[in-house]
Amino acid sequence: MATLELKQITKSFDDTHVIKGVDLEVNDREFVVFVGPSGCGKSTLMRMIAGLESATSGDILIDGARMNEVGPADRGLAMVFQSYALYPHMTVEDNMGFSMRLAGVSKDKRREKVLEAAKILQLEPLLDRKPKALSGGQRQRVAIGRAIVRNPSIFLFDEPLSNLDAALRVQMRIELARLHEELDATMIYVTHDQIEAMTMADKIVVLQSGEVEQVGSPMELYHHPRNRFVAGFIGSPKMNFIDVELVSSDAEGVTIKLPGGETRQVPIDGAAHASGGALELGVRPEHLVLDEQGPMEGRIQVLERLGGQTSLYVQMGDNLLTIMADGDVAYRVNDSVRFGFSSDRAHLFDADGLSLAKLHRHPLAGLRRQDNRAPSDTVDQ
Amino acid sequence: MSAGRVIPAGFFPATFMVTDMNKTRTSGRTIGGLRTLSLQAPAVSLLFLWMIVPLAMTVWFSLQRYNLLMPGMTGFAGLENYEYLFTDPALWSAMGTTLLMVGWVLVITVVGGTLLAVLFQQDFMGRGIARVLAISPFFVMPTVSALVWKNMMMHPANGVLSWVAESLGLPAVDWFSSLPLTSVIIIVAWQWLPFALLILLTAMQSLDEDQVEAARMDGAGPIAIFFFITLPHLKRAISVVIMIEMIFLLTIFAEIFVTTSGGPGLATTNLAYLIYIRALLDFDVGMASAGGVVAIILANIVAIFLVRMVAKNLES
Ligand SMILES: Nc1ncnc2c1ncn2[C@@H]1O[C@H](COP(=O)(O)OP(=O)(O)O)[C@@H](O)[C@H]1O
Ligand SMILES: [Mg+2]
Repeated sequence: MATLELKQITKSFDDTHVIKGVDLEVNDREFVVFVGPSGCGKSTLMRMIAGLESATSGDILIDGARMNEVGPADRGLAMVFQSYALYPHMTVEDNMGFSMRLAGVSKDKRREKVLEAAKILQLEPLLDRKPKALSGGQRQRVAIGRAIVRNPSIFLFDEPLSNLDAALRVQMRIELARLHEELDATMIYVTHDQIEAMTMADKIVVLQSGEVEQVGSPMELYHHPRNRFVAGFIGSPKMNFIDVELVSSDAEGVTIKLPGGETRQVPIDGAAHASGGALELGVRPEHLVLDEQGPMEGRIQVLERLGGQTSLYVQMGDNLLTIMADGDVAYRVNDSVRFGFSSDRAHLFDADGLSLAKLHRHPLAGLRRQDNRAPSDTVDQ
Repeated sequence: MSAGRVIPAGFFPATFMVTDMNKTRTSGRTIGGLRTLSLQAPAVSLLFLWMIVPLAMTVWFSLQRYNLLMPGMTGFAGLENYEYLFTDPALWSAMGTTLLMVGWVLVITVVGGTLLAVLFQQDFMGRGIARVLAISPFFVMPTVSALVWKNMMMHPANGVLSWVAESLGLPAVDWFSSLPLTSVIIIVAWQWLPFALLILLTAMQSLDEDQVEAARMDGAGPIAIFFFITLPHLKRAISVVIMIEMIFLLTIFAEIFVTTSGGPGLATTNLAYLIYIRALLDFDVGMASAGGVVAIILANIVAIFLVRMVAKNLES
């Protein structure tokens, strides 16, 4: 059992408020990802959980017990640093066994536990090497091994994959997910990469300048972003935003006027905006569809062919929109295209950047990661 | 280095020659199909001349009968000078004194420098000024600092140390007559401590903060962090400090000259000072040169071990 709770956590360095009141609950065995742009305070938040930084105010509870005054070694946590932070003058084995050595564990016992962790991570042949003689991925695994050996109740990862090349990153991502299942541990993972967040998380916490923007499952954030920031941050390529006008709203949804003058109805609750006015339509690139009869028109500025897909960058008025189209579309740069959008995938944002609620919840929005597995897989759970 | 550190002829370059030889051994290799020896030749020959001329002259003089008080007695002396030197109890006493001085100053500066470097790495008010103050003794000329210590710190009547002793109710110490070697060691250590501090502080700054934090998470307290993380990180810098300091400490002269003049008796006469006594007080150039050659050999023995050790350290 390992749960974590943050209550109104704040952190200030002198006069700069880096974390501005964060509330969060992490359940047992959950994989929670903190995601947000660089400098938004993800590392600071994690370091406060780890005990490396003290909270200016608020409570940190682990398994219900207040931990603010407990030192980093006694919280039962282990952290994997972005720079790996391996001890350069120690062998892999000594690196992994360092915490036990400090705790006065006998040499045989240490070796036994290190071997156990090394086996999980396929590090056995490397135990006598120094960190310098390892590749980036191997160092990463040693750093994880050092955490595993401590048998922590919660694992903390601070951007652990950002120093690896793209291929290795994908591989380590899969390995981390496997590790999460094998160890059955609670994990908190920091990243600025929304793909890592989407692929690994049970629960994503989106942060911006020290504040939580939204907490939810990956599919919930994708289909029901709370505001414009989350909508733009989650999903790749980024969501398109188009200025529209509200015409009318009823039980069926909101009718909006698009830049070309045509109107469309989208299944969104517009009761709060019955008076009309300017709104912003959000449509992801994969939900804009090329269509000769479409309501909008633009000129292709750039065309990126990826084989299976083609990204079209289309200028419409002041907006540069991204459209993900089929790999075989015959358009060329400077062609004029017409396009529409699937209305049940559309989002509307008010002048404050908040989302208007959708009329129907997306069926996958409540999906948990383990639900992706076929029922036969989960029998032994 | 600051001005006024006296180095006997041929001594200093010869010490470095060991390093040079190690390098030239590999420089005959071809790099990218180009033989590099001819390109290095001008620089290497200049350095070689720079080293060999004083060395050869010293060796030549050491084999001559050459005493300025006896202008008539000249000519080839063979190993006579060396014979006198090695049967002279002053030589062995001077060697012992040299080693004691070098050893103790090294211990004090390396241990003290390491601890100070750790201290000055902490964040506290006025750290920048404190660092500058701590490093400044190194920029004081040896003669001046020795004078200051002699007349203002260790003076039995009006020195700061005797004032402190007095206010504690202890008897005043006449430093230079009752603890001569200790006094010189204190003065030299005071001068070289900032050098060690400077090098080690720079090295401290390259210590990865994440490593320290990882160790904290692994349960290491400040003492464990010092021994398991900081000290291994400083190992290279410490060996560099030891090597450079040793080269200069073997030739301490000004501090002795100003404070004790090698006395009382031979209590603070090291090799450099003995050579000075022979050459300029006894006017025995031949004997002094023999002493110089002995000093060169001693320095090179030390250097061979050191260079080996440091080179091994730098490689790993
Ligand atoms: N020790 C510190 N002193 C002052 N400001 C800091 C300190 N650590 C972090 N910050 C500031 O806090 C903000 C958040 O930093 P960080 O948590 O590292 O961001 P992230 O990990 O999300 O990129 C940054 O603007 C950074 O400049
Ligand atoms: Mg960070």
